Amino acid sequence: MSASQNLVLHPEVDASRTGAHFLLGDHACAEGALYAGCRFFAGYPITPATEISEHLAERLPELGGQFLQMEDEIASMAAILGASVAGAKSMTATSGPGFSLMMENLGLGYMMEVPTVVVNVQRGGPSTGLPTSVGQQDMMQARFGSHGDITMIALAPKSPQEAFDLTVHAFSIAERLRTPVLVMMDEVVAHMHERVVIPPPGEIPIHARPKPDVAPAKYRPYKPGPDLVPPMALAGDGFAVRFTGLTHDETGKAVTTYEAQRLLVPRLREKILRNRETYERTELYRTEDASTLVVAYGITARVARRAVDLARAKGQPVGLFRPATVWPFPEEKLRSLHHVRKVVVAEINLGQVLLEVERIVGRYAEAIHVGTAGGKVPSPEAIVEACE
Amino acid sequence: MRKEVRFAGFGGQGVILAAYILGRAVSVHTPMHATMTQSYGPESRGGACEADVVVSDQEIDTPEVDRPDILVLLSQEAATKNREDARTASLVLSDVDLVQLDDEAARKAISLPFTRTADALGKRIVANMVMLGALTRASAMVPREAMEAAVAESVKPGTRELNLKAFDAGTRL
Repeated sequence: MSASQNLVLHPEVDASRTGAHFLLGDHACAEGALYAGCRFFAGYPITPATEISEHLAERLPELGGQFLQMEDEIASMAAILGASVAGAKSMTATSGPGFSLMMENLGLGYMMEVPTVVVNVQRGGPSTGLPTSVGQQDMMQARFGSHGDITMIALAPKSPQEAFDLTVHAFSIAERLRTPVLVMMDEVVAHMHERVVIPPPGEIPIHARPKPDVAPAKYRPYKPGPDLVPPMALAGDGFAVRFTGLTHDETGKAVTTYEAQRLLVPRLREKILRNRETYERTELYRTEDASTLVVAYGITARVARRAVDLARAKGQPVGLFRPATVWPFPEEKLRSLHHVRKVVVAEINLGQVLLEVERIVGRYAEAIHVGTAGGKVPSPEAIVEACE
Repeated sequence: MRKEVRFAGFGGQGVILAAYILGRAVSVHTPMHATMTQSYGPESRGGACEADVVVSDQEIDTPEVDRPDILVLLSQEAATKNREDARTASLVLSDVDLVQLDDEAARKAISLPFTRTADALGKRIVANMVMLGALTRASAMVPREAMEAAVAESVKPGTRELNLKAFDAGTRL
């Protein structure tokens, strides 16, 4: 098979997994990717994300897709950008140490507006830290880790079902907005089995990347539409396309001037922020009369829900605010609960999303942190205590 | 109703598969909820092996098991490690030939010949299915049909009959 034949993907519609399963979180994430139409995965295995690679190594070839084990995470990130530019929905999966290596090319994807999905199954860090236990310590890295004023979208599933649902959602967002999207899982969700219901193909609507509707001669690859997203011609579609990490004009040609920068970089941010209502997801629990709010995401949100019930049983008006999209933080939704006077941020780190919450509620509520240094989920009791 | 179940034994006894089958039976074949977690450290390679399943009629918020209601002990090491929990659990099942319990735990534990029964069926490897049969009967937590369906779906087709036979033998111990 020649190299060019290798790039031609024949995505099969797959109904073989429709129905109820008892699935590992990592496998649910992989199945979500397949459901969304992902047919290209490049990665380097790492605990606790390895099971995503293992599962896709088996499943992708069955569906006319491609699985590549790369030499490292830098190359993995580069490969999924290349595959996406050629038309495939693509993904990689890693954990903290690999995520660090992906930062440079993640920014390249952001700058070139390449849709792709990066899964980070968070374990305890820094460095190689705690390979087999839980962390939520890469949240600020997800937001700001790649250099040069990026605005990332990051989702945090709380269960294997959500690992499926939010991975499907991540592909929809990435394709529609032409940007890399992060799925920030955690080791507990990745390594737990629960019921996962996979709907029939097509039941969850999946957005596609915008296509140019002009003649090839008139196509300007970085001319944005009304929603600030430029229609995307694929390499090989017959349009002239250029991709560069350098600041560029609407034709994609590198123009390294302040003027070009001023047009491009704010648009990249506005594209993410102005469309946020189309992808933002939050869950509220017992917040109506709450004077104290717990903010938590991923596995910690489940423990926090228990804490809310325990506090309520003691007569304390406590509620839960769970961002499923952690970045950009759903700040208007949080601010709509301005009757709260105390906000407890529970997360498996020494205070990250806390900083964002403090910024949002600081004028009317006290923000406190309940965390661990990684390796353990905060206990419901510790959260209840902080609410008192 | 929330029940925390711990399966403890050593690598190779099918501890993880047993936990998976219970979780699958609940999740796929009943309207109840189940969460399975297992130890993932280097300690899970060979030697001691544990898997936990939480079964509940409500959505499960905290998946962690700290005080199991049901404890299944398949090795002496597992019995030693879980000695405290064996005293507080409402149901303790153990393999009579592999585990010696202290007096307090022994008084209420149900000690049965899982491995010996499997040997009699010709394959020691199905001792976990014998145990699941006994657990299904003793706990009355999950309908037998749900468990049997999960067993059938979770083993290689060629071994289905043997595994179901072992499960059935477990229900009659």
